Amino acid sequence: MPEEDNTVGTKTTFQELPDAPPRRKIRFTVTGKIGIFFVVFWILMVFIGPYLSPYNEADILDESLFIVPGGDEYPDTDYQPPSKVAYLGTDYLGRDTLSRILYGARTTIGISFAATLLAYLLGVTLGIAAAVGSEWLDMSLSRINDAFLSIPTIMMGLVVIAAVGSTIPILIVMTGFIYATSVFRVARSLGQDVMVSDFVEAAKVRGEGLWWIITREILPNVVMPLATDFGLRFVWIILFISALSFLGLGVQPPMSDWGSMVKENLGGLPYGSIAPLMPSLAIATLTISINLIVDDISAHTGGKLSNRMI
Amino acid sequence: MLVQAIIKRIFIGVVTLLVVSIIIFIGTSLLPGDVANIILGQMATPESLAALREHLGLDQPPHTRYLMWLGNLLSGDLGMSKAGTGVGTVGTEISVMIQPRLVNTLRLAGMVALISIPMAMGLGLLASMYPGSRIDRAITFTTLSIISVPDFLVAMILVMVLAVQLGWLPSIAYMSGNETGWQLIRALLMPTLTLVTIVSAQIIRMTRATILNIMSSPYIEMAILKGVPRKRIILRHSLLNTIGPIVNVIALNMAWLIGGVVIVETVFAYPGLAKLMIDGVQTRDLPLVQACAMIFCATYVILIMIADMASIISNPRLRHPK
Repeated sequence: MPEEDNTVGTKTTFQELPDAPPRRKIRFTVTGKIGIFFVVFWILMVFIGPYLSPYNEADILDESLFIVPGGDEYPDTDYQPPSKVAYLGTDYLGRDTLSRILYGARTTIGISFAATLLAYLLGVTLGIAAAVGSEWLDMSLSRINDAFLSIPTIMMGLVVIAAVGSTIPILIVMTGFIYATSVFRVARSLGQDVMVSDFVEAAKVRGEGLWWIITREILPNVVMPLATDFGLRFVWIILFISALSFLGLGVQPPMSDWGSMVKENLGGLPYGSIAPLMPSLAIATLTISINLIVDDISAHTGGKLSNRMI
Repeated sequence: MLVQAIIKRIFIGVVTLLVVSIIIFIGTSLLPGDVANIILGQMATPESLAALREHLGLDQPPHTRYLMWLGNLLSGDLGMSKAGTGVGTVGTEISVMIQPRLVNTLRLAGMVALISIPMAMGLGLLASMYPGSRIDRAITFTTLSIISVPDFLVAMILVMVLAVQLGWLPSIAYMSGNETGWQLIRALLMPTLTLVTIVSAQIIRMTRATILNIMSSPYIEMAILKGVPRKRIILRHSLLNTIGPIVNVIALNMAWLIGGVVIVETVFAYPGLAKLMIDGVQTRDLPLVQACAMIFCATYVILIMIADMASIISNPRLRHPK
C-alpha cells in the first residue's frame, strides 16, 4: 500500500488514480502460511535435495548396515521400517526412501513445472486469439478444444505414450498440450469478459490497434486470475504426471519420481510398509500447500475463481 | 426461444462428437505396430501379410477407412477385435467384450452417484449456510485436501485403515461376474468408498462456492436488507440459481466416473471399462481402443450437453442469448 504523503510542497506521486480504491495487501491465513512454508521447502529441495540426501537414489543399501549387534542373521534390506540408517525406511529393493524422495523432487516438480509453462504458453496465446479474433476463428478453435477436452486426460496420455514412447521431453510436451485445452478455456472466457468492457470499447473508438488492445488492455486485466489459475493447473499436472508414473507410463526407472515410487512399493502396502505412503505424502504436502496459497489469494481478489476451477 | 436455444446446443454437441471421432481415428492410427503383423506373429510372410491387410481393409486410404468406421459405428456395429486381449479373442465382437465391462463401470458409477450427490450437496449447503464457522472451515479444509492429493493416496489410506488395520474389508475386488447380493456389495465397497470420497469433495466445494457467489449478488443483498432470514434466502432465493453450475460439476464428475477411474480400477483390480481400454492399447487392438474412447467421449459430450440444457432451462437469461 502506498504510504500517504501529506507533507505540503514535496513531490506528490500518484501510484493510483486519486479516486481508485486503495490496494489491499494480501494477508495470508495460518493455513496459507503453512502452505508457503512447504512450497518454499520443496522448491529448495529441487535445487539442493540431491546434495542433502544421505545416499544416491539408485544405491541399494548394504545389508551390513542393518545388522543388529548381537543378532547372528543377515537381515533383509527391503521394506525396512524407519531407523537411524534409513530415516524413512527402505523400498522394495532396499534403497533409501528419503534419498529417493529428495532426488525425485527434482524430477516430479521439474517436469510438472515445464509442462505447466508450455500449457500456459499455448493455451493463453490461442485463448486470447479466440477472444479477440473473428467469430469464425473462435467457433472453430472452441469446437476443436471441446473435442480434446472430452477425451479423459489419462486416456489421451496413454495412447500418446503407446504411440511414441515415454521419455522426459515427450512427457513434458504431451502434458503441456493436454492441459493447454483447459488453459485455453479459462483464457478465452477471461479475454471475452474484458473484450466487452467499456474501456476496450473506448480504446477501439480511439482507434487503437488490435495488438495495442491485447497488450495494454487485455493482458494486464487477465494476468492476476491467470496467475492463481496457474497454481491450480500446476497441481493438476503434478497429479497427472504422478498418475502416469503410477501406471508405469511416466518417468522410467532407475530415475526416481514420486508417482513411480508409489507404484514400485505398492506391494508393501498389505504388510503395513510406509514405503508407498511416503512419496504420496510428499506429493500431498506440495499440492495441498499450493491450493491453500491459491485459496488465500483468490479470497483476497474475490474473483469468481471457483467458476473456473474445472 | 427455449426450443431454439436447445436445438443450437444439440447442434454444437453433434459437431463436437464428429470432431472427437476424427481425433480418435487419427490418434489411434498413430499407434505403432501393424495389426496384421501382430495377428500373424512369426508366421508372417509378405504374401500372407498383404492378404490379411486386404481382408481387414487396412490397404484402403485413411479417409475411406474413417468413413467406413464412422458408418459402422452409427449403425451400432463396433467391429471385431483385431488383436484380442487373450488367446482366442481375435475376431470376438467388440460389443461382446465391452458389454460386461460397461455393466461393471455403470454399476460402480451408479453406486457412487447415488451416495455422493445427495450427501455432497447437503454438506455443501451446510458449509455455505454458516461461512467461516468451525464446521465450514473443517469441511473446506478436508475437501481441499482430498481434491489436491492423488487418487491412489485416497485409495491407499482406505486400504491401510479398513483392510490392513481393521481387517473389515477385502483390499482387492476379485469379480468373476456372477457374484450376487452380499458378495457383490463386498467387492464393490472399497472402490465405491474411494470414489465417493473423491467425487463428494469436488461437489461439496463447488456447491459451497456457487452458493456463496450468488450470496454476494445485489438481489440477495436486497433480501438481506429486507430482513429475510439467512436460511430462507439460501433455500428460496438462491438455490434455484445454483442449479446450472452444480449440475455442470455433477455432469463432469459422472463423465470422470465412466472414463477417468483407471487408477482406482488398477488399485482394486476392478474389471471396468477403463482397464479394458488400457489392455486394448497394450495389445494394439485398434477397434477396441476406438470403441472405448468413443464411449468415454460421447458420455462426456452428452452429459455436458444435458447439464447445459438444465442451466438454459433454469436460467431465463440464457434462453435469450445476445
